[in-house]
Amino acid sequence: MIAELGLVALWLAAALAGLQFLAGFGALWTKMQGLADLARPAALVQALLCALAFVCLLLVFARTDLSVALVAANSHSAKPLIFKLAGAWGNHEGSMLLWVTVMALAGGLIAAVERRLLERTMLATLGAQAFVGLGFYAFLLFSSNPFERLSPAPLEGNGLNPLLQDMGLAFHPPTLYFGYVGLSVAFSFVVGALLTRQVTPEFARVMRPWILGAWVFLTLGITAGSYWAYYELGWGGWWFWDPVENASLMPWLAATALLHSASVLAARDALRAWTVLLGVIAFSMSMIGTFLVRSGILTSVHAFAVDPERGSFILALLTLYIGGALVLFVVRAGTVAEGERFSVMSREGALVVNNVALSAILCVVLLGTLYPLLTEAFGVRVSVGPPYFNPVSAMFFLPMLPILAVGPLLRWRRDSFARVRASVIALVLLALTVLLGVWLWAGVAILPLLGMAVAAMVAVGSVLPLRGRSLRKLPLAVWGMVVAHLGVAVALFGMAADSAFQQERLIAANVGDVVEVGPWAATLEGVVPVAGPNWQAIEASLTLRYQGGDGTLTHPQARAFWQPPQETSEVALVTRWNGQLYAALGNQTEDGRWQLRLWWKPFVTWIWYGGMMIALGGLLALLGRLSVDVRRRLAAGKIARRKADEQVLAA
Amino acid sequence: MRVLLALVALICAAPLAAQDTLPPAPYAYQQLADPAQEAEAAALMATLRCLKCQSQSIADSDAPMAGDMRHQVRTRIAAGEDPEAIRQWLVQRYGDYVSYQPRVSASTWPLFAIPLLLALLAAFILRGRLGKRREPGA
Amino acid sequence: MRRLRIFLWALVAVVGGLFALFAYQLGQPKDEFVESAMIGEPLPAFDLRPAVGDRPGLANTDLADGRARLVNIFASWCIPCRVEAPQLEALRQSGAEIVGIAIRDRPEDVAGFLQIYGNPFTAIGADDISAVQLSLGSSGVPETFVIDGRGVIRYQHIGDIRPEHVQTILYELREAELTERGA
Repeated sequence: MIAELGLVALWLAAALAGLQFLAGFGALWTKMQGLADLARPAALVQALLCALAFVCLLLVFARTDLSVALVAANSHSAKPLIFKLAGAWGNHEGSMLLWVTVMALAGGLIAAVERRLLERTMLATLGAQAFVGLGFYAFLLFSSNPFERLSPAPLEGNGLNPLLQDMGLAFHPPTLYFGYVGLSVAFSFVVGALLTRQVTPEFARVMRPWILGAWVFLTLGITAGSYWAYYELGWGGWWFWDPVENASLMPWLAATALLHSASVLAARDALRAWTVLLGVIAFSMSMIGTFLVRSGILTSVHAFAVDPERGSFILALLTLYIGGALVLFVVRAGTVAEGERFSVMSREGALVVNNVALSAILCVVLLGTLYPLLTEAFGVRVSVGPPYFNPVSAMFFLPMLPILAVGPLLRWRRDSFARVRASVIALVLLALTVLLGVWLWAGVAILPLLGMAVAAMVAVGSVLPLRGRSLRKLPLAVWGMVVAHLGVAVALFGMAADSAFQQERLIAANVGDVVEVGPWAATLEGVVPVAGPNWQAIEASLTLRYQGGDGTLTHPQARAFWQPPQETSEVALVTRWNGQLYAALGNQTEDGRWQLRLWWKPFVTWIWYGGMMIALGGLLALLGRLSVDVRRRLAAGKIARRKADEQVLAA
Repeated sequence: MRVLLALVALICAAPLAAQDTLPPAPYAYQQLADPAQEAEAAALMATLRCLKCQSQSIADSDAPMAGDMRHQVRTRIAAGEDPEAIRQWLVQRYGDYVSYQPRVSASTWPLFAIPLLLALLAAFILRGRLGKRREPGA
Repeated sequence: MRRLRIFLWALVAVVGGLFALFAYQLGQPKDEFVESAMIGEPLPAFDLRPAVGDRPGLANTDLADGRARLVNIFASWCIPCRVEAPQLEALRQSGAEIVGIAIRDRPEDVAGFLQIYGNPFTAIGADDISAVQLSLGSSGVPETFVIDGRGVIRYQHIGDIRPEHVQTILYELREAELTERGA
């Protein structure tokens, strides 16, 4: 019954999306008020129905209702409840339902709260949001129905891939989806503004919290995904430039650029066309990423249940939405005037550099990810991996960062170099000192070396805007910027330090042996078999000592799941402020010793701390913007009431 | 979607039934005694593709064949071979697919030309947007 | 403005090209096999110990004696290898000489495998660390190579040999023999 209820809710939601689409665009062209009044309620009810459908899916997974095909294929009654629930989106159909739900919720939210834009632009935006939504409803209902029944129901489910049976799954995909799909709101706003030719600073101010929100989720999702892969895959790597990772990085790059260009548009009414184009590209990257992952045309570790027919469906949607929006943009580009001008020595000038660099990195990542696909069409197979992506993206990333360090010090519109000269010289000297110091002291490779120097520069540069300002009165949005930029420096330092100073030790040890890796000593105390609800494992007891200090007892496991049959490595991690010890247990050798893999990864955790700081910065900026909006709205209400009172008095 | 991370179809670790029972090659899970040589080997292994896996380097895989490839790399490095010569040896056997480090060739030159073009384009855009606005910006 | 317009249409064209590529690749069968780049090259040098007691081992010099052969790369733990056993037998009966290379295998397991599924091989070398497999550019089991009489690799069949592949492999084997004689 629950499954049917969910399906009905989903169909009704789709119908309401249709209504919202007709009402939005119909009212735009016919100017019928009756139609216009329908758009917002349609969006709201649609959001509720979609949420209901998603709750239904969670329920059938929680109860392991094996008569639902999706549950039978992806769940198992012996799984812990949290992984049953998380399993609801650990598969193609469920994750698409999550996608649609997030999209409907976002649409409902704009319908409910956004009243600043011209009503016509708002109608066009709601219409566009519904139009995009309709395609994904159709995809869900016609080719990926999550509620399909299976008759007869099997006695037991197939289980979930063990690598997914982890808290990472509960957290990482939903966050990422909020990010991907949140960008659809920016997309709809942009399409709406293009249709009504209202690309104004006010439009940018309305759109900005949505971009910020989506961007915060994307940042968190990527950070979480990276950490998850790091501890789950068991080999100490945290970013592989795998096609699926790149698919999440590309929307992030576009959204980061969009965020900054929207700020320019909001503050200075410049970069209009560019902001609009980025708005189209950001969500396009989300959709292309989804296509690449679901269609299976690229080879990736993150293989989804692959289905070319679904691939064709998404490709048709891509063509419709991306192609349509781009053509609309080209046709209307002439009417989106260039906006205000500015000098090279200005905040805008620095932000343009940031935008161009981020867009170039986006192009490089897209190129490297898709290039194997292109050569394959000509019968040549190539691989493009870290040795390509690292230097080529650094080629654009490293020059961008010094500008990031200086940019926030500049005034809008026009500034003189003389005003910031002292800071710039100090920053450059700092970078050179770090460069030379690290080089002389440790002699690390060129990319990590540059990374550390630039990280120092960005770290100091990002807090300089606080100088001489009252910290208590500083707007939240500025705090957000400072924290996020500092996060970039922290993450970059973590990446550089890990790649420069990581130490690795692979060894076969007897019980009682002491293995040294960097400043750590690991003692293998024993190895015992253990069992869990749906797995059994070999578990080592490993005491880890940092520089002869107190030992920490850890238990890395080599786990074997039985449904589906697969082995995973549960690594042991000991975190210190200056890095992490990573220990994985391997197989037993013929002579009875145990394979241990140990890494000392200095400052590796800073990568994820940095990622979280970036997200926190985004959150602060979002709160800052929202509080300003709320205050403005309250003030406007007060003025209106006073006016009304005065009129009454005058009468 | 680093995602769904996964269904990391460790195609490699997949069906337990089809796993051999032989111990791994000596240098599959054992480092070279000389740290400099080991560092060379590790850097090379991180850029060689595991042929049995979906998209992993041989340094990140538990597949037996990845272990055998690591053994090849380490023993050859220990014998004094140049890392690039070892890469070349593998490319001769498996084509460019085995190396994550694309080399400039008839089929890959755009991979290198396009970023350079992008850099030029970026410089051009920045000059166009920023350079000449100096005056009218006043 | 005009330049911007041209740039934008170029962007639309690039996106269009990208989607055309996607559409084309969606229609293509996904090729998960990595082909050997050694076709047309002489066999690399190797000398493998016998994998079982009743067959000799295998060296590359054994394969340059003027006779074209099939080299079958297999393992007792490999399930598709069991499936292709009848086809190997059919090839042998059609006059092909087949030698084997057993990958990462124990002698007793190979012997047991041959007992159950038949032994079409005249020689079997044991490749315990896949060294020869790697030097041939083979990336899995089973695979079958056609080697001509001078020890040059002529053809590679990836995956198990199904009944429909037998004729092709025989044809390639004959071709290898003919080029040998012609040369």
